[in-house]
Amino acid sequence: MLLRFSLLTAVSACVLLAVVAPTRAQVLNQDHPGQYSQEDIAAGSRVYTAQCNQCHGRDGDQVSGIDLRRGLFRRSQSDEDLAQTITRGTPGGMPPFTLEAADLSGIIAFIRAGFDTSASVRVGDAARGRDVFEGKGECATCHRVAGRGPRAAPDLSDIGVARAAAVLERSVRDPSSALLPINRPVRIVTRDGRTIRGRRLNEDTHTVQLIDDRERLVSIVKKDVQSFDVATESLMPAYAATLTDGEIADVVAYLLTLREQ
Amino acid sequence: MTRMKGFSRFSSAQVLRFWFTGCTRAPEHRSNQRTLFLTLLACVVLSLAAGAQVTSDRLLRAAEEPHNWITYSGGYASQRHSLLTQITPGNVKNLELKWILPNQVFGAWQSTPLVVDGMMYLTQRPNDVLAVDAKTGRVFWQYRYVVSPDARVCCGANNRGVAILGDTLYMGTLDAHLVAIDRTTGRSLWDVPVGDPKLGYSITMSPLIVKDKVLVGSGGGEYGVRGFIAAFDARTGKEVWRFHTIPGPGEKGHETWSGDSWKTGGGSVWVTPSYDPALNLTYWGVGNPGPDFNARQRAGDNLYTDSVVALDPDTGTLKWHFQFSPNDPYDYDSVQIGVLADITWRGTPTKTILWANRNGFFYVLDRTNGRFLSGSAFVKVNWASGLDEKGRPIPTPQPPGQPTWPGVQGGTNWYSPSFSPRTGLLYVSAWEGYASVYRGEASEYVPGRNFLGGSATPFTGVTGAPGVRVGRATPINSWTDAAGNGAVIAIDPQTGQKKWTFKQYDVTDSGILTTATDLLFSGGREGYFYALDARTGVELWKASLGGQIANGPMTYAVDGKQYVSVISGNSLVTFALRD
Repeated sequence: MLLRFSLLTAVSACVLLAVVAPTRAQVLNQDHPGQYSQEDIAAGSRVYTAQCNQCHGRDGDQVSGIDLRRGLFRRSQSDEDLAQTITRGTPGGMPPFTLEAADLSGIIAFIRAGFDTSASVRVGDAARGRDVFEGKGECATCHRVAGRGPRAAPDLSDIGVARAAAVLERSVRDPSSALLPINRPVRIVTRDGRTIRGRRLNEDTHTVQLIDDRERLVSIVKKDVQSFDVATESLMPAYAATLTDGEIADVVAYLLTLREQ
Repeated sequence: MTRMKGFSRFSSAQVLRFWFTGCTRAPEHRSNQRTLFLTLLACVVLSLAAGAQVTSDRLLRAAEEPHNWITYSGGYASQRHSLLTQITPGNVKNLELKWILPNQVFGAWQSTPLVVDGMMYLTQRPNDVLAVDAKTGRVFWQYRYVVSPDARVCCGANNRGVAILGDTLYMGTLDAHLVAIDRTTGRSLWDVPVGDPKLGYSITMSPLIVKDKVLVGSGGGEYGVRGFIAAFDARTGKEVWRFHTIPGPGEKGHETWSGDSWKTGGGSVWVTPSYDPALNLTYWGVGNPGPDFNARQRAGDNLYTDSVVALDPDTGTLKWHFQFSPNDPYDYDSVQIGVLADITWRGTPTKTILWANRNGFFYVLDRTNGRFLSGSAFVKVNWASGLDEKGRPIPTPQPPGQPTWPGVQGGTNWYSPSFSPRTGLLYVSAWEGYASVYRGEASEYVPGRNFLGGSATPFTGVTGAPGVRVGRATPINSWTDAAGNGAVIAIDPQTGQKKWTFKQYDVTDSGILTTATDLLFSGGREGYFYALDARTGVELWKASLGGQIANGPMTYAVDGKQYVSVISGNSLVTFALRD
């Protein structure tokens, strides 16, 4: 789950935002020329299966250091880079492929869609997306980017590497549908009456480690727990209702630029 | 304990209401949510204000919070002496294992953990940082630094720990970067290059925080580097000052280097210094000259190699220096930790720095000005017949092919010593009866390559017999104590004599911890972890942990319970008294 919504941290973010300058924009020449249509993605899927699958694998992560589905590449940043790598190959590595223009753009669409043929990802303008992220969307009131912002919701500094466009879009539109189980909101009441709300970082049979809604790291021994509730619904609002399609596409574009390693 | 599968039967608003049951009114609309933000604003601000940041003031008074361990050596004086008293000579036999944290990477694990209010921060190879619940050993987050393939390290991918200031952790890296990490999220805040890894520069020491600066030194003494110590703004990572351990042209001390030898003169710095806030001086041990074994290639005293340099932490200005081993051909780095002790010296209260050196001599210096007060050998020494009245060694170089005591790993090395103000004794991990046969030869400097100028072979007395190595590679000890043995020794600074010796069969790379109940904790390569009586050296308790102990044991307390942590092999092991 990407964009989670925690009211308490939102509050602290309000404070921080008032004094913190705009986030460092480390825009890595990302070039998402607008829309990847479902037809392109589906066509790309077929070409991928025929031409790329053997080396890169069904999930796109079979070559060391590369995870196509999650957008982790060795050299490429922009769509143009990807096209160049595919058509020219790499020294001592991948052979060059001669493809029809439609097949080439299909493969890129398929990769950018996170191998999700049901998706039709629209990637807008990153600069506008940042404005929405920090302004109307109020994303920055919960999420931290490049060392700025609250900590209770997941840090998004490298989300552009960790997630593909399609997954990002789904997370913005309908967070609960993309909520990673580890990020599900938990509420723990201890036997001595303390209530801890937060997000899990680590868990085992006897203990659980979380970051609570006051940004504190807390470790709980389960034998001291009276109740332990895990919600499947995200605390983040579903932006399908409050942002336009264009604004969502812009936010996705911005998130894709967040690639701090 | 119950666990609900989810809240699917609730609406979003109900979920929010559930989450904030303390609120009188649940938000139904976004505008109401904003109202809620404001309502909650005050409590968040309050919680931030109550946050236990590690201020520079707290670092100054680390001894006043013995339940924490907030600097590498447990305080600026580097005494590794804890005021915790729950574990005593009487009950130490009741220590039991509480938890183990395994490192996923092989090799000597030299990190000393920090503990701040129940949270432990430690590094593991190559440059990972872990945030660990100090009570259970369970991990909150893991920061992974990807080390550049350009990194060159002579002696393993070592890192000795992080430093903390405010809510930020600081770590030096094998490719000579300094990284600031948010201690809640484990994310990096900034990352600045400090030296060129292609030339052999690296950082393995835990940084020292002084006021608003992060101080580090550079490793690389086997690569012909020109060593340095540098200070960085803790907030921004901007470099504030840099002190070269090898003086350049025009600087005092430059004349102690022949020709251009200063350019590749070594003088690495890889162990955390001590700091005296009243004198505002930091005390840095400086490493060997380069090339290591061929002193003819660098005629002169080779300042400030094998020295302690006292630097003003605000400016990097050199206030005084004392050189232990001039023109050293034996690799006698002075990277030991100088322990600050205020003692009565010949009837006068004196601010001293106590230094058991790799060259086999134990020194007492006046830390206000570097004046030599006394010095004597604590292991067998034959490279010098003694020290003159200013502390300068009287060299007695051995004929070619003959053994020199102590050997290349020294009478001691980087292993953290401990000083107990209660016993007045300095405790040192020593290598006794250990020698090397040195061979110096002309060596050409090639950037980024080893620049050793010869070799040093462990002396065994029998041709072909295995000698003591840098580390332990197998569980079988084939070199026997004929090649030397390890010991914990208790030195009385007043006399320079050993009060007692706790002899081990194999050598030891372990640091030492003492406590206010006169306990001493240490270990060695054999994997035993000992509790000794700090007054007598008598063994009170031991645990056979298996892996070599190559860090400094430390102690802390959480929720009223005292813990002792030590690293054995690839495992961080934590003990406390039986519940």
